Amino acid sequence: MQIFPCPFCGPRADREFRYGGDAGKQRPPRDCSDAEWARYRYQRANTKGVARELWLHADGCARWIEIERDTTTHEVIATRPLAP
Amino acid sequence: MSGPQRIGDSNGNGIGRDIDRSRRLNFSFDGREMTGFAGDTIASALLANGVRLVGRSFKYHRPRGVFSAGGEEPNAIVDLRHALRHDPNARATIEPLLDAMTIHSTHAHGSAQRDTFSFLDRFASFIPAGFYYKTFMWPRFRLYEDMIRALAGIGRIDASSRAAQTQQQFLNVELCVIGGGPAGLTAALAGARSGKSVLLVDDQVQPGGSLRWRDARLDGLPGIEWAATRGTELSAAGVRIMSQTTAVGLYDHNAVVLVEKGLPPAQSANGERLWQVRARNIVLASGAIERPLLFENNDRPGVMLCDAVLRYLRSYSVRCGERVAVATSNDSAYEVAHELIAAGARCVIVDSRAHSDHALPARDAGIEVHQGDSIDSAIGRGQVEGARLASGTTVEADLIAVSGGWTPLIHLYCHARGKPRWDDAIAALVPGDSVAGLEVVGAANGGRSRPSMASAALGLLPGARTLDEAVEQGACAGGAAPSNPRAQSAVEPQPSDLSLLQSTDYWGGPPNLTAAGGKRRIWVDLQHDVTTKDIELAVRENFASVEHLKRYTTLGMATDQGKTSNVNGLAILAAQTGRGIDAVGVTTFRPPFVPVSMATIAGKALGELQAPVRRLVAENVHREEGAYFREYGDLLRPAWYGRTADAVTDECRIARSAAAVFDASSLGKIEVIGPQAAALLDFVFYTRMSTLAPGRLRYGLALAESGAIWDDGVVLRLAPDHFVVSCSSGHVAAMVAHLEEWRQDRFDLTKVFIHDASAHWATMAVSGPQSRGVIAALDLGIALDDVQLPHMAACAGTFVGRTARVARVSFTGERCYEISVPARLAADLWRKARAAGAEPIGVETLGVLRAEKGYIFVGQDTDSETMPHDIGMGASRDKRKDGYVGDRSLFTPFAKREGRKQLVGIAASGNQPIPVGAHPVTVTNGKRRSIGYVTSSCFSPALNRPIALGLVEDGRRRLGEKLDFEHLGMRYTGTIVGSCFLDIAGARLHA
Repeated sequence: MQIFPCPFCGPRADREFRYGGDAGKQRPPRDCSDAEWARYRYQRANTKGVARELWLHADGCARWIEIERDTTTHEVIATRPLAP
Repeated sequence: MSGPQRIGDSNGNGIGRDIDRSRRLNFSFDGREMTGFAGDTIASALLANGVRLVGRSFKYHRPRGVFSAGGEEPNAIVDLRHALRHDPNARATIEPLLDAMTIHSTHAHGSAQRDTFSFLDRFASFIPAGFYYKTFMWPRFRLYEDMIRALAGIGRIDASSRAAQTQQQFLNVELCVIGGGPAGLTAALAGARSGKSVLLVDDQVQPGGSLRWRDARLDGLPGIEWAATRGTELSAAGVRIMSQTTAVGLYDHNAVVLVEKGLPPAQSANGERLWQVRARNIVLASGAIERPLLFENNDRPGVMLCDAVLRYLRSYSVRCGERVAVATSNDSAYEVAHELIAAGARCVIVDSRAHSDHALPARDAGIEVHQGDSIDSAIGRGQVEGARLASGTTVEADLIAVSGGWTPLIHLYCHARGKPRWDDAIAALVPGDSVAGLEVVGAANGGRSRPSMASAALGLLPGARTLDEAVEQGACAGGAAPSNPRAQSAVEPQPSDLSLLQSTDYWGGPPNLTAAGGKRRIWVDLQHDVTTKDIELAVRENFASVEHLKRYTTLGMATDQGKTSNVNGLAILAAQTGRGIDAVGVTTFRPPFVPVSMATIAGKALGELQAPVRRLVAENVHREEGAYFREYGDLLRPAWYGRTADAVTDECRIARSAAAVFDASSLGKIEVIGPQAAALLDFVFYTRMSTLAPGRLRYGLALAESGAIWDDGVVLRLAPDHFVVSCSSGHVAAMVAHLEEWRQDRFDLTKVFIHDASAHWATMAVSGPQSRGVIAALDLGIALDDVQLPHMAACAGTFVGRTARVARVSFTGERCYEISVPARLAADLWRKARAAGAEPIGVETLGVLRAEKGYIFVGQDTDSETMPHDIGMGASRDKRKDGYVGDRSLFTPFAKREGRKQLVGIAASGNQPIPVGAHPVTVTNGKRRSIGYVTSSCFSPALNRPIALGLVEDGRRRLGEKLDFEHLGMRYTGTIVGSCFLDIAGARLHA
């Protein structure tokens, strides 16, 4: 029901997209501690408010994009490609 | 006293505006043949035929009659059949009467007239709210539950009903106006005139809203004419008007869902269609509905809303009673009394207020007015016979028309996360904060300021403050400049001669609770049979929050969602808990606003269209061959060929002794191309692919970040910069997404590309000791000696002049050639392979052949924890120092712990296969514990005994151990063995 403005395709229905977790996570190097790896794997920000999320435009350009949106009001603040 | 009946228009009042007396329609109700007119609703036709009893109440099976004239109806829920349509929960008050309709009352055992369950009313004190939490407990509630459920519920589903089969439609507009009353019509016109694309949605047969039955003058015209003129202007301005259409929900980003009704059977079996509309702006002009008064036995047939009584008279020429008691807390009811007098009824007004400006004109018209009085109880059992007033007077009546105030319909505002607030001045819940993109206008917006007094005149509408201001609000919302809302009106603006009264006088004060309390039975929620005593009970038991009250008493939870009962319920709760109504709060309104049939939502997505299968290009050839098909995921594939009981066993024997052909076209073929292709595959796969030589294939695993095996497949390297990844048939889309995700995150997008070519190629696998002969006969132009084309190598050939790719890779354990050709040549290739002597084998046969070899199905022989070292493929973990998906997870304590489940083979002791899911069990200190489970199991034709694969704790250390297996109460025994049962050295691959 929501409209996500894909940076490549323009405004499209949310059913065209697939959620891919929090944006901005850095994959730790191979020599990281068990705790750091667990944090990367399992900790979610679960933000109440403005969150940065990764979404794949699966039924469109198949590009991963970052969507900045408010998780309580569902307002979409900005979208940008994951890879420039 | 006569009760409801149709009357003529002898006084020339212009009543019966919606009916066409020249078109008579036939219908039946509870088996009785009746007639009505075109334009009638089912309810107006029933009333015209003198029907007072339309159903029985939900819990107590009390007799009930028509209560309202709109979608808020709680009582007149009927079973409706017409043409292909069956609706067990139709609201008689909104359904247009059609010729040959068959109507039945619902929820009566027998008929509404003679309901065998009406005795339940005498046991009312044993079945108050929440009785099922306290009674029917011994020995177990379950014994009584079925009987209670059978007694509850409204209507019966007919399993043979046809589904709607109507496709959803979509629409984008700049302005969506919900509600076609005065405010909505004005908003729509203003929007159109300012150049917007406009959709006007109205749930009535014709737009105009309350203008169609209440007195009003706008721009010098009677309301109903003004509405008709506006309608014409709207059509001329290109506004799309959808009548008989209800906006049922508002969703994110101004999405509105509509249910359109009244479609002909050819377009929709149930007459309905779902619409999804996206609007840049929405104007909500949904109006307000009347609410009832509280007094003893206020649920009797013959108690109706005042506005409904007026509407039945003016729209359908039905007078609902001959001797009427009009009970009210506000001025809007006076118009109703005057119209009843004009229709030949005798009328008494019972006004709870000490004073009203309308009382004198009413007395002058011959209406007895009891000022400062209210109804204490309704007299009569099967129908109303009179009313006892608080003052002690008794009034004879066959109709009690009640008006306890007005409730703005703000549901869609609440769907959009608007927060309503209680307005004391008009005793109503009104929109609070504004919501972006949504404007609430007209009566739905309630009153905000007090208008000036003006001379008394009849004909007030339930308007914002006044009709003028409703129209002004509508115009502003639609896009006209606020200062001159009617500048573009085609009709010369004239001062309207509506009386402007203080809004409280029109809207009514807070609900009058003087009658409530004690032992009297006073109904609040008619549809769910919730009385004031139930609310008091809830408060006594400390279910005193509005959320608890709703769920404990079920007030407002019926199909009418409390439209005529919520506010009264809140007022009682507030009084009982010593709070103001605004402190009590309100529960959340959620879509849908009215009940929506599941068939309408499903539309065409039924049967095969609900879960469409994907098909092999060569499907018809397989059918010709007598294939027995099964769905594997969403793919329809041959399970085996022929109908003999031994089909799979026979196919296995042929595959291992001669040559067999298998349609492997559904396997993924994902091309990874570019200078960074090898690096991408090295990161995504656990098995290193960059060291693969061109022209060679390698089996590999792809892990999830958890380290668990996510998929397996064979990678073919065509050239240094060109790979083809095959993966599980049902997993192709996911593998493409997975590759894309890491490509976009870590690699130069100009240096590696993914191309899913799965659908472009058909692949036939020819395997068996005699497979080389079949390939030779296909004449593909390739060298077939094992030096030039060894196992796990590929080469290019031609097939009927097109490129063919031939790869030696095997899932059967036999010598095998996979031939890939352009997809549309699939049938040709199959037929030629058959002609060359290969026998067909299906998916089930392949399942047995690969199980004999211990080849896994990811997701069947592995679970969400299985890591490569659990299946004996730990080498890459030990060797690779570069990064790949899941790498770190292979070195966690969890990954390194003792007792991990490992893939093993299981040799069953008996001659029956051990079922999949059976648990190997060990006993420690007398306690039995599962140490894994069987993942694959079948009879092996090659070994002539049952074999199985499974995941067992410390499986490799248990080789040779005999274990007990348990499954659904049955016991088996089996021995842990290596996972490969046949040809461990792999000699048959080169045979």
